[in-house]
Amino acid sequence: MGPLINPQQIINGLQLGSIYALIALGYTMVYGIVRLINFAHGDFFMIGAYAAYAAFFAFNAMVAGRTGTLAFIVLVIAMATSASVAWLANKLAYKPLRYKPKLSSLITAIGVSMFIEYFFSAFPAIGASYRAFPEIIPRRDIHIGPAVVSNLVLIDLAVAAILMIGLTLLVRRTTLGKAMRAVSQDKDAARLMGIDIEMVISFTFLIGGAFAGAAGLLAGMTYPRIFPYMGILPGLKAFIAAVLGGIGNIPGAMLGAYIMGIAETFASAYNSLIGEGIAFAILILVLLIRPTGLLGEKIADKI
Amino acid sequence: MLSVKNLKVCYGKIEALKDVSFEVPKGKIVTLIGANGAGKTTTLRAISGLEKVTSGTITFKDRDITNLDAHKIVPLGISHVPEGRKIFPTLTVKENLELAGWTIRDKAEVRRRMEEVYDIFPRIRERANQLGGTLSGGEQQMLAVGRALVTGGELLLLDEPSMGLAPVLVDEIFNQIVAINKRGITVLLVEQNASEALDIADYAYILEVGYTTISGEAKAIAEDQRVREAYLGV
Repeated sequence: MGPLINPQQIINGLQLGSIYALIALGYTMVYGIVRLINFAHGDFFMIGAYAAYAAFFAFNAMVAGRTGTLAFIVLVIAMATSASVAWLANKLAYKPLRYKPKLSSLITAIGVSMFIEYFFSAFPAIGASYRAFPEIIPRRDIHIGPAVVSNLVLIDLAVAAILMIGLTLLVRRTTLGKAMRAVSQDKDAARLMGIDIEMVISFTFLIGGAFAGAAGLLAGMTYPRIFPYMGILPGLKAFIAAVLGGIGNIPGAMLGAYIMGIAETFASAYNSLIGEGIAFAILILVLLIRPTGLLGEKIADKI
Repeated sequence: MLSVKNLKVCYGKIEALKDVSFEVPKGKIVTLIGANGAGKTTTLRAISGLEKVTSGTITFKDRDITNLDAHKIVPLGISHVPEGRKIFPTLTVKENLELAGWTIRDKAEVRRRMEEVYDIFPRIRERANQLGGTLSGGEQQMLAVGRALVTGGELLLLDEPSMGLAPVLVDEIFNQIVAINKRGITVLLVEQNASEALDIADYAYILEVGYTTISGEAKAIAEDQRVREAYLGV
């Protein structure tokens, strides 16, 4: 079967899309609520991968043999670590600039991103070089017709699906989710309902960070090589996915991420350079043809 | 109940309020009347904590609430219906009302108050599952007042409730304000529609470029020659 129409590629694309989706959701949620493109978000993803790496070695001996338990502990630690860093970045860097011109926060976000990357590289226990990510769950291949699906693919898809369903329920059904939507629509009105908008913003950073942390673990297991700058490209691509779906729109970020994952896998099968560049081609096309994104309605007035 | 003394609010270097003082006695309807840019909206925003106060004091039920965060003022008993209503457009009418009960722990109480709002505004009950953004201007105003009733303040701040509404709806809204006041809720009403506001108010203050200039009982104000010329067009 040719490289361009191949079920294997669709599966790989969905797998990559799942990782992009988890990152893109953080971008889009934070943008939705504070109109900030948090360029440090890709670094939360990297931190998740490193937290998972550390957690694996910390707990591997303790739960010897019980792979499921170990994977779950590692996932929770990766999510919690990234969530904490995201929360802290908001508290220390973004909150003091909340009512200042938007450009200040944007530049600060780039600063936070560079700080995390260089700090991690300079930190002796981490260092700038590549590390091999341990095999937390041994890879097994499952044959379905002409396609080969590894258990890792199924895990990536399942973890992303569970988290996304959970998020959708949270945002649509719970009072806190309604408060998040209210704050994203009109901060003054939300405050007049008695909503502590800083609390809601903090919570949004926590969720976004946790999702990026989960993506970091999944990426580490799937593409087992981690380094302090590993968040830059996936971060950019996930951001483009969020723009493709309509930045600020949660279902849009999921849709955009899967389109992006599949497009990248198909393009890479054709030519790896095109694969790397397809995301940016998509960005240019979106900005030319439909700047509001697929599911976005209102044109974003601020960066 | 509410006492504002020498209130000054600045936006950067611009003084929006220079020296505003007034009193809102419990159980009454007090109206602030003034032209565009006189500082009416800023006054309300300062009271509910949306705007930082540069100097002066705001006292509510003998408690200094100057520069308290908005979300801490709401549970003390001040509900603010903002200018332009500010309905959450992609939340349903029901969700808009539910959020207004955010600070109330007892959710059964929230549901009881929502029922009350539905009884006062049957149109809102009919539209309960529609998105806020699909409501007409009059319905949005009813929903905005409904949210304030769920919030449950003893003091209701109303910013231009008649703005952009057809005359028949203006009358209905003003009738509702009187009815709400009769239930024991104190009202501070900001209006450009001075004659309607003076009709229902007990006391009135005239706000001019950041100062409270003329004050008194609404009936006397309505007879005042200066007010009649400047605001009532007679």
